Amino acid sequence: MSYAIEAHGLTKTFKASRKTGEEPRITSSHAAGGIITAVDNLSFSVEHGEIYGLLGPNGAGKTTTMRMLATLIKPSNGDATVLGHSIVEEPERVRASLGFLTSELKLEDFFTPSYLFDFFARLHRVDAAQAARQKQLLFSRLGIEDFANTKVSKLSTGMKQKTSIAVSLAHDPGLIIFDEPTNGLDILTARVVTDYLEELRHEGKTIVLSTHIFSLADKLCDRIGIIMDGQMVAEGTLASIGLGKPLEEAFFDLYEARQAEAVLV
Amino acid sequence: MKTTTHVDDTPAAHKAPAPQALCLRAVIQKELRRFFTDARMVIATVLMPGLLIYLLYSFMGSAISSNLTMESTYEPQMYAVNLPESLAAGFLQSGLEFTEISASEAEAVKEQIAAKLVDLLAVFPENFDESMTLLLSSEQGAVNNGEAVPETVPAAPGTVPEATPGTTTEAVPEVSLFYNSTRVESGAVYHQTQYLLDAYKETLRPVFTVNISGSAYDLASQEDTAGFLFASLLPMLLLVFLFSGCMAIAPESIAGEKERGTIATLLVTPLKRWELALGKIASLSLIALLSGASSFIGVMLALPNLLGVSAQEGTAEQGASTLVDASIYSAQDYFMLLAVILSTVLVFVGLISIISAFARTIKEANVLVMPLMIVVFLVGASAMFQTSSSAELVLHLIPVYNSVQCLVAIFGFSAEPLSIVLTVATNTALTGLCIVALTRMFESERVVFSK
Ligand SMILES: Nc1ncnc2c1ncn2[C@@H]1O[C@H](COP(=O)(O)OP(=O)(O)O)[C@@H](O)[C@H]1O
Ligand SMILES: [Mg+2]
Repeated sequence: MSYAIEAHGLTKTFKASRKTGEEPRITSSHAAGGIITAVDNLSFSVEHGEIYGLLGPNGAGKTTTMRMLATLIKPSNGDATVLGHSIVEEPERVRASLGFLTSELKLEDFFTPSYLFDFFARLHRVDAAQAARQKQLLFSRLGIEDFANTKVSKLSTGMKQKTSIAVSLAHDPGLIIFDEPTNGLDILTARVVTDYLEELRHEGKTIVLSTHIFSLADKLCDRIGIIMDGQMVAEGTLASIGLGKPLEEAFFDLYEARQAEAVLV
Repeated sequence: MKTTTHVDDTPAAHKAPAPQALCLRAVIQKELRRFFTDARMVIATVLMPGLLIYLLYSFMGSAISSNLTMESTYEPQMYAVNLPESLAAGFLQSGLEFTEISASEAEAVKEQIAAKLVDLLAVFPENFDESMTLLLSSEQGAVNNGEAVPETVPAAPGTVPEATPGTTTEAVPEVSLFYNSTRVESGAVYHQTQYLLDAYKETLRPVFTVNISGSAYDLASQEDTAGFLFASLLPMLLLVFLFSGCMAIAPESIAGEKERGTIATLLVTPLKRWELALGKIASLSLIALLSGASSFIGVMLALPNLLGVSAQEGTAEQGASTLVDASIYSAQDYFMLLAVILSTVLVFVGLISIISAFARTIKEANVLVMPLMIVVFLVGASAMFQTSSSAELVLHLIPVYNSVQCLVAIFGFSAEPLSIVLTVATNTALTGLCIVALTRMFESERVVFSK
């Protein structure tokens, strides 16, 4: 059957700027000629109703991949279909059908969670009655109700993060893309978020998340793709990747094999 | 919950074109709400500019008027017809040296006053001293010295003696002082002369009057005077205020959203980039216009205080208040003014928005806007040195410059509808280009995610 996401040869290159002192890459080949290849010919598919994890170290290209899927940036090469819509050809349809969550997307300090929810619901063209229902649902589930009319500037980091999640789900999308779900969260909020993600899967939503935390991938994901230097080095269910070994062991085996390869080249 | 919204529901049924407008409206509403529910912001950008300008200018006005006199080394050009011996010495003592001329030369001198080549012309009746003594001795004061007067004062005194003979006022000899209020030196010697004559009159009891019939002596027409003042001051001030208003909000709204990372949150929604660009420019223009209007009202209210120099001394009080009366402009003038101001604000907001979109922080945006600000202020300042718009029609295709030319023309009563239309059209077209450019920039990841 059709997949929720099908990525074909996704590639993203950036011009290296002199200013940004980026952490050195595992291999230098990806930064040749002043061009950084952040995502390198990446292909994968995500099934409906599963949680798919992109696992990789910092700088592997996870955020870049997710931004391409959310159509915030355009691929240099390749394409992906999101719920049947091409991210290159129909970015607006894609944006309308998914919810993109990341700690990098900030909310304006001046407004209240309630106002922001209504505003984003309007941008998603959700009708008012539907928006009101969804707001009540999300605010009570995430525990924002008591702060619905408090300015974002006065909220704690955790509450801001939860508000951000609620606002991004105002249109009740069938597909959720979540970059580093627990980054920067205190343990209590992190727990609320991971519990909620599982709950969403039970509701039948498809979720793609990225992480560099093995335990999180272990706990939540049905299938994972391991990326290093923008390339997919392994993909499959936890069992098929680990072949009996814990995820972390499997990951470092792959990592070492790759480094040995790089030395040879 | 049964009562679904009237506006949203009907057209939204099939995601028809109507929701488009709703998105744009949502963006504009949010921007306006951001501004108008923030008391500090409203006070800082709308209330304070007007209030500060009013207070500052009023203060400047009173400070200036207390010491605005001509240079002490300046030798005024003054002429007199029938200068009485009794007064010549007194005038000379006060440093007022009149050159005597005949009544037939008066017209030529008046022309020179209008052209600002000569400062003052005093026209006394023939045999002024004799009539004074006669008047004082008879205590009645009914000597008609009408022969010299009709020449110098065309309307009133020439006809009055025939029309209403027998009234006491017609018999009072009249001295006329011709000057040009748009020249500081001329105004100064006029007031000085008038003061001396008043003092002399005081010693004689009220037997003659000086320039009693209103303001007909200043050969600059009242409209011209006000137009002159407005045209030389207001374009510059308006431009500065409007630009400052835009500067106060546009970088905050665009570079600020980039800096705080809130713009990406907008961009992951189906909101179209042009809706964001148009929504930003529309709402920012509205706010900038309010800020500009506040400053403008402040100036208009302060202007009588600022320019009330001539009101300081004696009789000219009501002259000064009509001098800066804004009601000399017609509804059409105000309509043109509004159109020019609006289109200028759009251009400012458009340009500053683009610069702000390039910048990564508000601070950087403010620095990057500097060159534009300097250009705008310089072009605005150029208006102070020209009192009538002489620009060719083609030059109205140059933004900012065209606004200044139109403002000078409107305030100076010489606005050509065609040049106004051309200016507004040019500015509107430029704003359209700005919106397209801003849309492109919002589409560009390098702009939105520049770190
Ligand atoms: N806008 C950009 N300009 C230049 N290089 C970038 C940009 N965004 C990401 N990169 C580079 O691309 C690589 C992948 O980054 P990223 O996708 O953020 O990795 P991850 O999210 O896996 O940590 C990094 O080397 C990063 O420096
Ligand atoms: Mg990342």
